[in-house]
Amino acid sequence: MLTFTIRRLLLAIPTLLFISLIIFLLLDMAPGSPMSQIPLTVPLEVRLKMIEALGANDPIFFRYINWLHKFFVIEPLHVFDGLFGTTFAGDSLRELSWQSRSPVADVIAQRIPQTLTVIGMSYLLGILIALPIGIYSAYRQYSWFDQLGTFISMIGFSVPTFFTGVLLIVVFSVKLHWFPSIYDTTLKVTDWASFGKQVKQMTMPVAVLGLYNAAQISRYMRSSMLENLTQDYVRTARAKGLSERVVVLKHVLRNSLIPVVTVIALGIPTIFGGAIITEQVFKVNGLGQLLITAIYANDLPMVQTLTFIFAVLIVLFNLVADILYGILDPRIRYD
Amino acid sequence: MPDGAMPVLDVRGLKTVFRTRGGEVHAVNAVSFHLMPGELLGVVGESGSGKSVTMMSLIGLLPSPPADVREGQVLLGGVDILKVSPEELRRVRGARIGFVFQDPMTSLNPVFTVGNQIIEPLRAHMGLNKAQAEARAVELLELVGIPDARNRLRSYPHQFSGGMRQRVMIAIALACDPEVLIADEPTTALDVTIQAQIIELVKELRHKLGMAIVWITHDLGVIAGIADRVMVMYGGQVVEQAPVKDLFADPRHPYTRALLKTIPKVSGVREARLQVIDGQPPILAGAPTACPFRARCAHAFARCHAENPQRRAIGAGRVGYGHDVACHWDPEATDA
Repeated sequence: MLTFTIRRLLLAIPTLLFISLIIFLLLDMAPGSPMSQIPLTVPLEVRLKMIEALGANDPIFFRYINWLHKFFVIEPLHVFDGLFGTTFAGDSLRELSWQSRSPVADVIAQRIPQTLTVIGMSYLLGILIALPIGIYSAYRQYSWFDQLGTFISMIGFSVPTFFTGVLLIVVFSVKLHWFPSIYDTTLKVTDWASFGKQVKQMTMPVAVLGLYNAAQISRYMRSSMLENLTQDYVRTARAKGLSERVVVLKHVLRNSLIPVVTVIALGIPTIFGGAIITEQVFKVNGLGQLLITAIYANDLPMVQTLTFIFAVLIVLFNLVADILYGILDPRIRYD
Repeated sequence: MPDGAMPVLDVRGLKTVFRTRGGEVHAVNAVSFHLMPGELLGVVGESGSGKSVTMMSLIGLLPSPPADVREGQVLLGGVDILKVSPEELRRVRGARIGFVFQDPMTSLNPVFTVGNQIIEPLRAHMGLNKAQAEARAVELLELVGIPDARNRLRSYPHQFSGGMRQRVMIAIALACDPEVLIADEPTTALDVTIQAQIIELVKELRHKLGMAIVWITHDLGVIAGIADRVMVMYGGQVVEQAPVKDLFADPRHPYTRALLKTIPKVSGVREARLQVIDGQPPILAGAPTACPFRARCAHAFARCHAENPQRRAIGAGRVGYGHDVACHWDPEATDA
């Protein structure tokens, strides 16, 4: 397993370099100018000088290598310095956002906590709801519980989050005044009162995304359970005189979890990707919102960096899924 | 087989129905049989004749719905286990009645070690602690002829061959010293040499442990080698039942006769074609009102279409204890 992991990690390097090149070239060739956000009253000579200063006129491969160097060396050093107070990075030039002129890494670091709390919580909640529902729905296939579960997950699946989000805002914020409609990022949790506020403002976005995630994962769990419930080894377990609890929650569940865990692991990068639409609806200024505003502003360094981070996470969690697969299923050995 | 001894398992008038979209299917119709302590009863019949369903009905292994065990008694040591609570029935399964299934490749759980799967019933029924159960598991694996048993406990099913897995299945079934072992086509999925090994193993274990065995198969050759008594099933009912020698020497039911003819002969004159019984076994949409074999029977006459024959004794003895057959046709009357 260890050699497999190391081999896969080494293989990830050329993969990611290739992805980075594609991302860089694609975005660079897209139409748009770094000056699109600058007022038209600024004279042309000044604009040209600004472009020059941003380094946006340099040859493309020079910029690509420069960007890679910053992404892998300079920015991590700066982040490290910021965390531990060291001075490894010195005064090397940082990757700056064209839009805000502040270092890309710093902006992303500011946005990560919101995304992780809101989106991460919704993912976790979705899993916690989905697994028991999926298990019970399969065990009592076609029962009223299963029918209801199927109906609700159809809704969760098919109704877009911008609709459920707005619906919740209309009902619970506008009419009932139970929850705030806007997520307040400046809120600091210092005591129980502010904690309560934080929970309150998280409730609706977490509910919207949780419903979507739960709908998806519970379907996977259900079908995987159904597939395993009819297997011969289940009959053997019953013939051994084991209780239904042990038969279902040990024998069937352990087998059914193998594909579901993979799906869950592969879904984790989407947490970091942020839920662009939901973050927009509830005004959560997380990574998704950062990406979309950067795209609007033609902020190439920011878009390239964010996209590449997502790519790294996807490659990484693919590996995690493969390793989990090997741990859960003894028939799969990678060495 | 002394007549006065008490049967360990006594099944009376068992009836199982499957409810399907297309109506009810009567899979088991008034099946009665008994099993003496230490006896090996062979159950033969082609696919769909109700052999497996009968045995699974006994201990509630059929999924319900669609299956519904409707009538009958299953007396295990004098207690009707169809009447007891599911919890009590669970304590019979694996403890007093062991089960070996057909396909050892799929009958073991792939994600648990073999040791874990043998230990489970030991801990559930016999209340052994982990160390005791492990010691017993090693004993069982040695009993079924798996070398290096202690280390093999930690192996997974996929690390065993088909024959080895069937040995493991037998070890699991025998874990709690059951009174009855039900073997549902235990050698069908194995190749011939492994088949012979498994049959030898069961013979040997029966000698050592003395449990009664129900051996389901569609291979009459296997039955001839190991069974004390044979029960032939067709269309969800028992059509003939006899001590093994009588059945092979003097088969009474046309179906039994046809089955015996289908056994290919290795020696002697080579026949042009393998013998077959024409037609398909019936799907029983209702409670039978006529002989289920009538459509494929060479001897069928008017009465066969009007009345389902009851089992009647051949010669002396009660039905079920000597030689009996469920057929209107009398071969002696015709042969003469």
